[in-house]
Amino acid sequence: MLASIVLSGLAIGSIYALIGVTYNVMYSASRVFSFTAGTLGMVGGILGSLFILRMGLPVWLGFLLALAGGALLGVITEIVAVRPVLKSLDQHLYVLSTLALALMVQQFAAIEWSTEPQPFPRIFDIARGGFDQTFWLPMAACVITIVGLELLYRHTLVGHAFLAIAEDNYAARALGLPERNLRIASFALAGVIGALAGFAGGQLLLAFFANAPLLTFYGFVPVALGGMGNNRGAVAAGLILGLFQQAANFLVGGIFASVAVFTAFIFVLLAFPDGLAGASAQRRV
Amino acid sequence: MTDASSAQSTSRRAGLFGSAALSHALPFLILLAIGLALPLFAGGYWGVIAQRACVYWVLVSGLNLLVGFAGQLAIGWVALLTLGAYTTSVLAAGNATPALHPYLALAIAGVFGAIFGVIVGLPALRLRTFYFAITTLGFATIVTQIALAWQSVTGGGVGVPGPVFPPPFDSQWGFYYFCFALAAICTWMTANIAASRFGRALTAIRDAEVAAEASGIFKPRLLVTVFIFSGAVAGIAGGLFASLQSYITPDAFTIELSVLFFIAILIGGRGSILGPLLGTILLTVLPEFAAPLVAWSTFLYAVLLLVIVLAIPGGIADLLDFKNRRPLQSNRAIIPRPDLLARLLGQNADRGTLRLERVALSFGGVRAIDGLDLEIRPGQVHGLIGPNGSGKTTALNVLSGYYAPQRGAAQLNGVTLPALVRHTRARHRIARTFQTPRLVGEASVLDNVMIGGTIDGRGSFAESLLSLPRHRRDEAMLRETAMLALGVVGLESLAAVRADRLQHSELRFVEIARALMLRPAFLLLDEPAAGLSAEEIRRLGALLSAVAQTGTGVLLVEHHADLIFDICHHVTVLNLGKKLAEGTPADIRSHREVVNAYLGG
Repeated sequence: MLASIVLSGLAIGSIYALIGVTYNVMYSASRVFSFTAGTLGMVGGILGSLFILRMGLPVWLGFLLALAGGALLGVITEIVAVRPVLKSLDQHLYVLSTLALALMVQQFAAIEWSTEPQPFPRIFDIARGGFDQTFWLPMAACVITIVGLELLYRHTLVGHAFLAIAEDNYAARALGLPERNLRIASFALAGVIGALAGFAGGQLLLAFFANAPLLTFYGFVPVALGGMGNNRGAVAAGLILGLFQQAANFLVGGIFASVAVFTAFIFVLLAFPDGLAGASAQRRV
Repeated sequence: MTDASSAQSTSRRAGLFGSAALSHALPFLILLAIGLALPLFAGGYWGVIAQRACVYWVLVSGLNLLVGFAGQLAIGWVALLTLGAYTTSVLAAGNATPALHPYLALAIAGVFGAIFGVIVGLPALRLRTFYFAITTLGFATIVTQIALAWQSVTGGGVGVPGPVFPPPFDSQWGFYYFCFALAAICTWMTANIAASRFGRALTAIRDAEVAAEASGIFKPRLLVTVFIFSGAVAGIAGGLFASLQSYITPDAFTIELSVLFFIAILIGGRGSILGPLLGTILLTVLPEFAAPLVAWSTFLYAVLLLVIVLAIPGGIADLLDFKNRRPLQSNRAIIPRPDLLARLLGQNADRGTLRLERVALSFGGVRAIDGLDLEIRPGQVHGLIGPNGSGKTTALNVLSGYYAPQRGAAQLNGVTLPALVRHTRARHRIARTFQTPRLVGEASVLDNVMIGGTIDGRGSFAESLLSLPRHRRDEAMLRETAMLALGVVGLESLAAVRADRLQHSELRFVEIARALMLRPAFLLLDEPAAGLSAEEIRRLGALLSAVAQTGTGVLLVEHHADLIFDICHHVTVLNLGKKLAEGTPADIRSHREVVNAYLGG
């Protein structure tokens, strides 16, 4: 039992962590938290099932198209729900605009795809085992994403530019960085990561429209606890969240597991409003 | 100009406020008449829709104070509707307890709503906006899941029957009048709050939090009060909703409902009662004309939400605000009347001196101020000058409690003032203005100034809710004082104008009027002359001198050397966080280092 708690906990935690990274990538580029983060995960799952099972495309092609779909939704988020409200960040209109977009996508999926969970294809044609691809795919996706992001941020020029606009938007623009294009690129990247989370976790979560609000909430927990913009913190917090949730699931049952996660989340957050690893910023008067 | 003259006569009040109040109340009276007469001309089906509109409005009226006034994005407020619906139904049906009378069950739902309103709301006091939004959303999910899982009490997915209220409220129109009466009461109560010091304080928290603190508004206490009220009415709305549905299951409480409530408020406009009321009616009636699209209703609501946020952030209230579209007189001048100051401030009792005692404060590695002593005496104007980054504003922020120094402290008459509890400074009659004016752009100039007198009100939130005599006395007193303060700074004629229509120089004087509302023993001004014309600076100087003559100690952080040398009794020059020179204006003018470093010879 312990092994299965750990296995499913780490798998689901990896998905949460990836959605957390999705939030972070968008936040770093725009100082905006977007409600579409979980929606991207849902879209990754549904597109994977659509392309591979329903349309019969090869797995690799379906995978790439699902990621492309995520990237597209990321860019749409930037254009429709983020850019128009960036001028007045202090009014927090982005909370409502991204919520509206997330709901639109979610309802569209419910109506045009299905209101019931649909099966998700197996990616690798190998026999089921104890350490099945259902579990190791999300973990692998998480590792690859984190390593990939580190390499991108540390060793490429584009990555340095991303860091620059995250650190100081005005200074970066003053240096002549194409801030808007970088922001669009960040949102596309976030879209890819979100869709990857949904695709890799497809066999665990299935292709289901209601995954969107679930992932939006559980994906935000690692961001809040790990400190915003902090990817390593998000991964650690995401894995802990997954383990905690699965343990609670086994011990006290599904509903009370949700209550336990929510309560723990609120209490930790009230005690550390800037996350377990974050530092507070001085307010300007 | 007829515009200016009519505005000026407003200051003389008499009958004018009466007619203004009437035109303000007219739309509500029309809605009241339509609502009362509805059974005469509408069929039974419209009765159901009207019931639903009333029930929604009971919830939205409370949520409006939270969202539209205080700017707290509680998107998951549907959780309290769920809670109220289940509480009322379960108690009335006797699933868990002996069956209670429906009214008693409804009242208990209100109490539960109030309690959980505070629980859901508390994170707002500590968390950032998005964090708070998502916690309320999480709460909404959890409540539905519990309703689904706790089968012995809630009936799980099968649900429970809603309460049936005894005659005469069991018939369709009977129940309608019951809901309508509650909706009308909620309208009246929230309108009372909107027009009270509490309503203004909420908008101040939303748009100018630092100014709210400087005016002595204690955000946590006020917000908790509003959470209690909003939670209670949401709980009661839930009980009515359950009766309206006659049978409730967890499916009935979707996020779609929350979005609907939010749209009603946004479409109506922030800081308005009438707008969200019309928005609620509109959104309840609208689906009846869009029956073929019913499957897409959530999608369409989401589209509507996006369109409103992006295209008409002001909502219906803005569209209906005709009087603020009339052009203002373009060549208006600010002519302060210091002679009115005596009436406004009285003679200040001697409150000793306000001082900084060896204060040091650094941000990261940067020493902003380094062992600074400063003394502001009653009745004197103390000038604080120095180049950019020399620590002037930081010193002012330590005095007014916005920054906690690493060493030293601010002291009033020898008693240390605690740092970071900013709202307590107002009680010591220490008022301040800001480098960039912090005002509520959507509120009138008069309302903005009245915010400054918030702590002088005596009535409680409940008294304002019910418009009891103390509330009315407070309002009359605050309005009168604020008109006097506006007269002092010379902006009487603009009292009724929205603050965001004013010119920059006028905003500076509005801030001073707001600060004067505290009858300050000490007035701290952060670059009040920035952006003013030479003539306006001269008038400002005369006004500040007159303020000091009433016994108020004035601290003037400024760049305009002329203003400083004209009106200051005492000048401190800062450089790199340290005192470079100190003395009378004459001393400073001849101080070699100052002349070299700062005045430029």
